[in-house]
Amino acid sequence: MSTHNTDKIKAKLKKRYAKERRFRAYGIASLAISFLFLLTLMVNIFSTGLPAFQQSYIKLDIHIDAEVLGVTKASDREALFSANYSKLVKGTLKEMFPDAKTRKEKRARNKLVSNSASYDLRDHVIENPELIGTTQSFWFLAKDDVDVYMKGKIDRNLPEDDRRIKDFQLTWIDQLQEEGRLEKRFNTTFFTSGDSREPEQAGIKGALIGSLLTMLVTMALSFPIGVLAAVYLEEFAPQNNRWVDIIEININNLAAVPSIVFGLLGLAVFIALFGVPRSAPLVGGLVLTLMTLPTIIIASRAAIKSVPPSIREAALGLGASKVQTTFGHVVPLAMPGILTGSIIGMAQALGETAPLLMIGMVAFVADVPQGILDPATVMPVQIYLWSDSPERAFTERTSAAIMVLLAFLVVMNFIAVMLRKKFERKW
Amino acid sequence: MTEAMTHNIENRDEFNVEINGTVGKPLIDDPKFTTRNVDVHYGDKQAIFGVDLDVGKNEVLAMIGPSGCGKSTYLRCLNRMNDTIPICKVTGDFKLDGEDIYAKNQDPVLLRSRVGIVFQKPNPFPKSIYDNVAYGARLHGLTSNRAELDDLVEKSLIRAGLFKEVKDDLHKPGTGLSGGQQQRLCIARTIAVDPEVILMDEPTSALDPIATALIEELMIELSGKYTIAIVTHSMQQAARVSSRTAYFHMGKLVEVNDTDSVFTNPEHQLTENYITGRFG
Ligand SMILES: Nc1ncnc2c1ncn2[C@@H]1O[C@H](COP(=O)(O)OP(=O)(O)OP(=O)(O)O)[C@@H](O)[C@H]1O
Ligand SMILES: [Mg+2]
Repeated sequence: MSTHNTDKIKAKLKKRYAKERRFRAYGIASLAISFLFLLTLMVNIFSTGLPAFQQSYIKLDIHIDAEVLGVTKASDREALFSANYSKLVKGTLKEMFPDAKTRKEKRARNKLVSNSASYDLRDHVIENPELIGTTQSFWFLAKDDVDVYMKGKIDRNLPEDDRRIKDFQLTWIDQLQEEGRLEKRFNTTFFTSGDSREPEQAGIKGALIGSLLTMLVTMALSFPIGVLAAVYLEEFAPQNNRWVDIIEININNLAAVPSIVFGLLGLAVFIALFGVPRSAPLVGGLVLTLMTLPTIIIASRAAIKSVPPSIREAALGLGASKVQTTFGHVVPLAMPGILTGSIIGMAQALGETAPLLMIGMVAFVADVPQGILDPATVMPVQIYLWSDSPERAFTERTSAAIMVLLAFLVVMNFIAVMLRKKFERKW
Repeated sequence: MTEAMTHNIENRDEFNVEINGTVGKPLIDDPKFTTRNVDVHYGDKQAIFGVDLDVGKNEVLAMIGPSGCGKSTYLRCLNRMNDTIPICKVTGDFKLDGEDIYAKNQDPVLLRSRVGIVFQKPNPFPKSIYDNVAYGARLHGLTSNRAELDDLVEKSLIRAGLFKEVKDDLHKPGTGLSGGQQQRLCIARTIAVDPEVILMDEPTSALDPIATALIEELMIELSGKYTIAIVTHSMQQAARVSSRTAYFHMGKLVEVNDTDSVFTNPEHQLTENYITGRFG
C-alpha cells in the first residue's frame, strides 16, 4: 500500500527528530549555564552577606560614678546629657585590661567597643537617673575589627604584621571570651539604624525607607500619568496628526536615553528651577518618574493595542460612550499587560543609581528619613557607598544590603503578580 | 465541477457590467430609515458609491452581495459604528424617523441605544452571562431595581432562545459558551436595550443549522415590533426571513425588490448572475 515516498519521509523523519533533539539540548544547555551564573551570584552574595546578620557584643560592668560624670544633681537632665560617658567606658576597660602600656596599645584598648557605647550608656542613664552610683552590666557593640575577627575572617596564625588584630588584642579578646563577655547575636542594628562611618553602627534602614519613599513617589506619579498617556495616545488621540507623531517618536526616544541624563535634567529643572530640596525622595521620585514613564507608556500602549477591537465595538454598539468603553472594558482587559510593564519600569527604577547621584542622593545620610522632603539615600546608592568603603566589615554589609534589595524586589514582584492574577480573565 | 468553476471564472468579466443607478424600488412610503447619496471612503478608497435606500417600519431588509461589496460598511453607517474607524469617512443623508442622525447635535451614544447591532463574530464581554445581558440596561439605567433587572435578563435570554441552556449558569463567564451560544448571548444583549432598529451582520455565519433556525425564528418574531436590517450570505436565509432584499455589487446598490421577486424574477443581470450562483 505504501508508496516509495514513505521511505523518503521516514529517512527524513529521522533527521528531523535528531534536529529537534539537538535543539532541545541547546535549550537545556543555555538554561543550565544561566542557572549556573545565577547560582554563583547567589552563593557569592549569600556567603558574604549572611555573617552581616550577626554582630559581636561585649559585656562591660560599668560603675556609674557621678564624680567621673561630673554631675551633682541626678535630676539635671542638661548636665546628664553633656556628661562625659566615654570616660566611664574607657575607665572600665582600663580596669579590665591594665596591661596596656604604649599609646598605641591604650588606643587599641579603647577601641574594643564601638564609640556608640557611650551614647547607649548616656541614653540609659538619662532614662534611669536612679542608677547613678550603682554598677550595671551593659552589652555594647563590639568594634568592627573585633567583629571581623569573631567571624573568623582574621587568621591568628598569620605573622603579626599581616593582621589588623595584634597579639595583645588577641589576649584581650581571648580573656573576654573566657569570661563570657564576648558574644555574637542577631544584628538588629543593621535593620534599625541608618548609615554610619562606623561599620558596626551602620544599618540599612535609612536606605530602605529612602527607597520605599522614592518608589512611592515614582509609582504615584508614573503609573497614573503613564497609563493615562497611553490610553490617550491609543484611544483618543487623532490619528495621523503631526503633533501626536512627534510625541510618539519622542516617547520612544526617551526610553533609550541614558538614565544619568534624567539626573542632569532633574538637577536643572526640579532643584535649580523649582527649588525642590536636594537629596530628597521627592526629587529622586520625580527623576525616576521621568525615567520610568516611557517604559510604562510603551508597555501600556502595547497592552491596550492587544485588546481585541471586537470588545470596543460590542460596548460602543450597545450605546456606551468612548470613555465608558475605554475605562470599563479596554483598560481592565489591558491591566495585566500594563502591570507587567509597570513592574519592569519600577524594578528598573529601584535599581537605578546614576541619575540619583546627580541630584545628591549619594550624600552621607545617617538619619532615617521621616518624609519625602528629608535627605535620604536609596539602597543601590547605599550598596555603592559601602562597597567603596575600605573597612573590612563593610564588605559583608554590602552583600547583606544586596540581599535586602533583592528581597525588596521579590516583594514588589509578588504584589504585582497578585494584582495581575486579580485582573487576569479568560476570553 | 471543474468545468463549472472554470466557467465561473471566465464569467468574472461580468463584474465590469456598468451599473447605472438602482433598479427595483429602493424607496418606500413611510420608512423608518431613509438614506440618500451615501458615499463611504476608507482613506482614499471608496467603498460605497451613491446608495439611496429606505428601510421600512417593522420590516426585515436583507442585504446580499459578493464578499467585499460593502454590505457591512453600509450597515455600520446606520448606527454610526463607522465613526469609530478613524480613516472611514461617511457622507450622505441619513434620517431615522425623519431626524438626521449625522447632525452635529446628534449623540451617537443615544443613537446606538436606539439602533442596536449584532456583529458577525460573537463578541461577548469577558464577564458573566448575566452581566453581559444586563450591561446595556445598567448603562442606560433602564431598570430601577434588582428584580426588574433579573426579569429583563431572563426575558431577553428567553427571546434569544438561550435561557434554557444557561439558566443555571448565569454567573459563569459568557466567553465560556459555544460560538452559537455566544452569538445568541450577543443578540440577547442587544434586545435587552430594546432598540427600535436591530442591525445584524451575518449573525448566523458561525452557527449550526439548529441555532440558525432559532435565530431566524427570532428575527421573524422580532420583526413585528422592530425594524431589522440583516446582512447575509445565505440566500435561503434572506428568502426565509426578509420581506425585501437589496443586492449590493462593488459598493453600488444594484437592485432592491420584494424578496420573492428578487429570487424568482430578478430585474438586473448582475442580481440574476449572483443568485443563480454564477459568481460571488
Ligand atoms: N476598516 C477598514 N479599513 C479599510 N478598508 C476597509 C475597512 N473595512 C472594509 N474595508 C473595505 O471596504 C470594502 C467593503 O467592505 P465590507 O466589509 O463592507 O464588505 P462586505 O460586503 O461586508 O464583505 P463580506 O461579505 O466579506 O463581509 C472592502 O473592499 C474592504 O476592503
Ligand atoms: Mg461584512
